[in-house]
Amino acid sequence: MKKLTRTIVAALMAVPLMTGVASAYELVMPTLDYRTGPYAPNGIPFANGYGDYLNMLNERDGGINGARISLIPCETGYNTKKGVECYENTKAEGQSGALVYQPLSTGITYQLIPKASVDEIPVFSMGYGRTSAANGKVFPWVFNFPATYWSQATVFVQYIGEKEGGMENLKGKKIALVYHNSAYGKEPIRTLEKAAEKYGFEFMALPVDHPGQEQKSTWLQIRREKPDWVMMWGWGVMNQVAIKEAASIRYPMEHFIGVWWSGSENDVLPAGAAADGYLSGAFHQPGDNFGAHDDIKKYVYDKGMGLGDRDRIGEVLYNRGLVAAMWTSEAIRKAMEIHGTNEVRGTHVRDGFEALEVDEARLKELGLEGFTIPVKVTCENHEGPGKVALQQWDAKAKKWSLVSDFYEPLRDITGPLIAEDSAQFASENNVAERSCN
Amino acid sequence: MIYRETGQFKANYQDDQALFPIDQDRYVIYGILFITFAVVPYLLNPYWLNAILLPFLIYALAALGLNILTGYCGQLSLGTGGFMAVGAFSIYKLMVAFPELGFIPLVLLSGLITAAVGTLFGLPSLRIKGFYLAVATLAAQFFLIWLFNKVGWFFNYSATGMINAPPMTVFGVIVTGPEANGVAKYYLVAGIVAVFALAAKNIARGRIGRNWMAIRDMDIAAELIGVRPLIAKLSAFAVSSFYVGMAGALYFAVWLGSAEPTEAFDINQSFLVLFMIIIGGLGSVLGSFLGAAFLVIMPIMLKNLLVGGFGTESALAEHINIIIVGVLIIGFLIVEPHGLARLWRIAKEKLRLWPFPY
Repeated sequence: MKKLTRTIVAALMAVPLMTGVASAYELVMPTLDYRTGPYAPNGIPFANGYGDYLNMLNERDGGINGARISLIPCETGYNTKKGVECYENTKAEGQSGALVYQPLSTGITYQLIPKASVDEIPVFSMGYGRTSAANGKVFPWVFNFPATYWSQATVFVQYIGEKEGGMENLKGKKIALVYHNSAYGKEPIRTLEKAAEKYGFEFMALPVDHPGQEQKSTWLQIRREKPDWVMMWGWGVMNQVAIKEAASIRYPMEHFIGVWWSGSENDVLPAGAAADGYLSGAFHQPGDNFGAHDDIKKYVYDKGMGLGDRDRIGEVLYNRGLVAAMWTSEAIRKAMEIHGTNEVRGTHVRDGFEALEVDEARLKELGLEGFTIPVKVTCENHEGPGKVALQQWDAKAKKWSLVSDFYEPLRDITGPLIAEDSAQFASENNVAERSCN
Repeated sequence: MIYRETGQFKANYQDDQALFPIDQDRYVIYGILFITFAVVPYLLNPYWLNAILLPFLIYALAALGLNILTGYCGQLSLGTGGFMAVGAFSIYKLMVAFPELGFIPLVLLSGLITAAVGTLFGLPSLRIKGFYLAVATLAAQFFLIWLFNKVGWFFNYSATGMINAPPMTVFGVIVTGPEANGVAKYYLVAGIVAVFALAAKNIARGRIGRNWMAIRDMDIAAELIGVRPLIAKLSAFAVSSFYVGMAGALYFAVWLGSAEPTEAFDINQSFLVLFMIIIGGLGSVLGSFLGAAFLVIMPIMLKNLLVGGFGTESALAEHINIIIVGVLIIGFLIVEPHGLARLWRIAKEKLRLWPFPY
């Protein structure tokens, strides 16, 4: 009892310490990391890439336009309740308040969408979260560029059609989806059902429960049903297990496509040589041969401030974190430009996101030429380009490489679904559509 | 010295049977209620109200519910998460379909729906006991979550199976949805918890509660002295599920705002609430609150202390947190296997004899 009281007293005394007074104006960016739990293998590289890039901006340029970035890490363990606690804890931090959230969890994103909209803090759920947030008229505070899950699902269908020798050949084919049994994994189902209707392929959905260690029955079912293609919406430990299981039933890896959260080194390495040829979605290059990576090594790792291991710079999820940090910092830069001040707040950053345009020329200036696709966000379109490419794993060289061009999504399928889902959200939550003129 | 009943004479039966027969206890309860309703909301910032006290109160309500079943009636249940999900999905469907009924009646209604479901899943308790019953309630947990995940009607066919709480008001003040303010939500939840904690305290010491305790202590003996096991066990399941259902409704509608069945109500919820009553004290209303505080407030405080106070890295702090909470649980159970509430009872006994213990 005494110990408990002492702990509580000490914790109470610690609270004022946390809200210390900042001297210069700092750009507060909380990061909802997860370096613990079953999703840590994926959470760690992303958090490292995100943090390293922003630390590099601090060290190299003194922040964004001279305003330093203050990163506030908060551990969520991919747990929604902890994520909400982190959000409440960090949202009012510092003079600026939190400027933007990058939850890296569809579950936490769903929690934050209504809360952040009221607190006027933008949520940048980069390529995850609620797909219908692409409709900026209903979700002014949420951004999910460069592409959504639904766009990605239609791109995979197109890729399969191409490999089968034309979309008409999809008729009668069997496509399975192995998905994380949560809001995240269920995202593509409706799109794929619509696509199945349109192209006449047979669609089967196979859920895998959190955390995804146990998939024997799922893969037995796949062995029995023999689908022509398998897609996967997995995360964390589930990815490795699925790829190993697929290898153990000798499922052809060239016919196994993961979402872009199921395509990193951590996911394929445990399966060894058997993972060769496994495909996944992508919207940026793997590797560390870009100017930005050199700067990170020079300004961050050489000073011993790196968040991770030096030799893991350039892994797929590290680069994913880096690209998220790049777009976020560009949005803040844009916000400073629009509002003519360095002392931006959440509302300003939202305007920055909405006017964000990172084209080839700007990528080159940032030392990321050819790293990712050009992005342009507008008031009504928060999904940006929506384009997706595929990358393939080479088990011998232990390298991912892009093996396709960037596909346009099938907007005739995703468009009506986005309109329908955002309208449902608007009516359930009494949100009025804003005009974008 | 201060805590002493000397000189407090009871002149009638009413005084003798009061909920808190000792004056000091009564004053402490008045004090706590005063602090809860008149001081806390104005003293603490929204972070404390929204992220710490709200989950504490809601889990305390759930623990109270499970304590009625497990602590008072002796029926072990691992279905708490599932029953919370019933409450949450009931209130979601009701909020969307009948918003005009008002929020508090809807909370009570979803409690009643959960009570019905809980009674149904309580039927096996008439035949099986102990660990075997725990397995039967575990089946309820998995079945209910599977149901809410599978059948589109429960989540209004939303694309991802997520449910969102639409904004609703109590006496004109918004209490659900993102625009609700922390103080309003706190008052609502604290009010409900206070009323039903009082109710639980009263039920437990009345005829029904005594029936439950008789069943708990020895069911054959209870049957011989005229306690009907069917009524006693099923009423415990019903009342317990009513509390747990209300907790689930508040958990989803007031605290989280949106939820998906697989994560928000998984088996870990059931264990968490069970640990709360084991650590807090089985068969004690106070124990439900102490257990909830121990497992909800303390980890957050520890994290804030480590990260904010000592500047520990957030991931390392999480690992340290797991270690410390685990060690404290073991430590407390070694020192006092009957839970924190028992420690309080011992302290009270000692205080009454102080300074002349015999």
